[in-house]
Amino acid sequence: MDNWREHRAVFWILAAPGTFWLVVFFLVPLGFVWLLSFSEKTGIISIALTGTLENYARALEPIYLEIIWKSVWISAVATALCLVVAYPVAFVIAFAPGRWKTVLLLAVILPFWINLLIRTYALIAVFRTNGFVNWGLEFLWNKAAFMLGLVGLGGLMGEFRPLTLLYNNFAVIAGLVYVYMPFMVLPLYATIERLDKSYLEASLDLGAGHWRTFFSIVVPLTMPGIVSGIILVFIPCLGAFLTPDLLGGTNAQMIGNVIERQFKAANDWPFGAALSFLLMYATFGALALRSVLAGRRQGMEL
Amino acid sequence: MTEAALGERGRLRGASATRRWWQRDVAGPLEYGRRLWLRLFVAAVFLLLYAPIITLMVFSFNDSRRNIVWQGFTTKYYVRAWNNASLIEAFINSLTIAVLATVISTIIGSMVALLLWRFRFPGKAAYEGFTALPIVIPEICMGVAMLAFFARIGWPTGMVWPLNLGAITIAHVAFCFPFVAIVVRARMAGFNRELEEASRDLGASEWQTFRNVILPYMRPGVVAGALLAFTLSLDDFVITFFTSGPDTVTFPVKVYSMVRFSVTPEVNAASTVLVVITIIATIFAVKFQAPDRPAET
Repeated sequence: MDNWREHRAVFWILAAPGTFWLVVFFLVPLGFVWLLSFSEKTGIISIALTGTLENYARALEPIYLEIIWKSVWISAVATALCLVVAYPVAFVIAFAPGRWKTVLLLAVILPFWINLLIRTYALIAVFRTNGFVNWGLEFLWNKAAFMLGLVGLGGLMGEFRPLTLLYNNFAVIAGLVYVYMPFMVLPLYATIERLDKSYLEASLDLGAGHWRTFFSIVVPLTMPGIVSGIILVFIPCLGAFLTPDLLGGTNAQMIGNVIERQFKAANDWPFGAALSFLLMYATFGALALRSVLAGRRQGMEL
Repeated sequence: MTEAALGERGRLRGASATRRWWQRDVAGPLEYGRRLWLRLFVAAVFLLLYAPIITLMVFSFNDSRRNIVWQGFTTKYYVRAWNNASLIEAFINSLTIAVLATVISTIIGSMVALLLWRFRFPGKAAYEGFTALPIVIPEICMGVAMLAFFARIGWPTGMVWPLNLGAITIAHVAFCFPFVAIVVRARMAGFNRELEEASRDLGASEWQTFRNVILPYMRPGVVAGALLAFTLSLDDFVITFFTSGPDTVTFPVKVYSMVRFSVTPEVNAASTVLVVITIIATIFAVKFQAPDRPAET
């Protein structure tokens, strides 16, 4: 690698556009929002920077605290489900023969490229009252009722009542798992792939079963991937706006929806800015945690 | 025992014992991909992952508004979507923004990649962290930041097309170029710097070296990065939602407003078109990103 001093002209030419864009069109806007979060509304459109902490205090009011808490547990449940579902998938891909590996990896990545909105919209058709899940259940229900009818118990089943699968917490969690699963598979795959397989063989040779080998050898050794995956899924879940908006309706609001409302309908930008910076602080906290864990891990290995 | 050896053993066993079709070839201890229950689990996950999208695409050809029972093949919803002027306008806006954002972010992202690949400079780790920031922060934070920024500086609205798309394009470049930088840098990691030194020793200038030695090697990464930027820009909803105005509706924003009213086959048709474009771009990107075959190196 070259020292920048030796090729100053090249260095500055390469550095200028990216740095300019990053500062002017990313850091400055974020700075604006940060300042907004310490401002007060003085009129319909006028906002004055007063250094107030009231916007953050307002976020701690019970009504908003409840939404924040709900966002955290919905994200936590969705992340845990992602981990449980993604681990076996990553495991199978990592142990698959070469040609299959590429195909399976591509199959995991492809949905991630497809529009988030379209994927969420596709789930509406699956979950709504006369959607595919209820349609399938009704079919099974009617078949079961018919069979029972043959033995004279037809009245036992009653009328089929479709399940309410949309516009509740269940729908939001299912949507988040569906949308962010690929984010979990990729880091898990990367660590399982690098895993020294001879440890597994040693454990199996020494008489441990597959489950014991998995929990005492594989899980601890792939912990960095697990942590990365958890962070990669948890952060976007926490800030999710589209999924709770379309699948949760008014019953399952998350922080993202409250922020959106402050910036659009409610027109209370300072409060929205404070909420979005709470999300940012949570993000930074998660990233710091990951680097601390990674640092400790390196220390252990050295 | 290595994986290769395990595979070898499996092959030998398959060859030596004349196995009948009903006798299962016993999986080796580490051949987890061949355990039935794991296979079924993975198959179920992929089914759940793809079934909603595939049904969405299939039912865009369904001749029924109820959208759940197959009534017969039709393309009338595509015709209807095509004749929906505001939908087509939104689609053209999306494509225009995507092309502009791709060109700008590919150039900027490649330069950042070269910078990080080539130079050692003070504060490099922090610089890398800042360039990755647009990727890691929640989309909604970036969306509201863009909204606040353009409102605060008084970005002119109501300009003629395509100048009115400027704000959205700027926002898209801001989150696309870090992705390009990552992809291009990953490509450059495999570059043999002796080639560059040889070029300089032979008297080539900095620009000639870049043009004739570095750029040809970098090209697959740049193309892959550009395609990634293109799909990211085309697909973005959250950030665009906050930066778009009434006269700058993009395709995802338009679909969003349609979805809020009802689930219609027309939206299915429009979505199918976008999904197909995305898949084509992805396949190209993966093709370009794939490591060189041994024959080429």
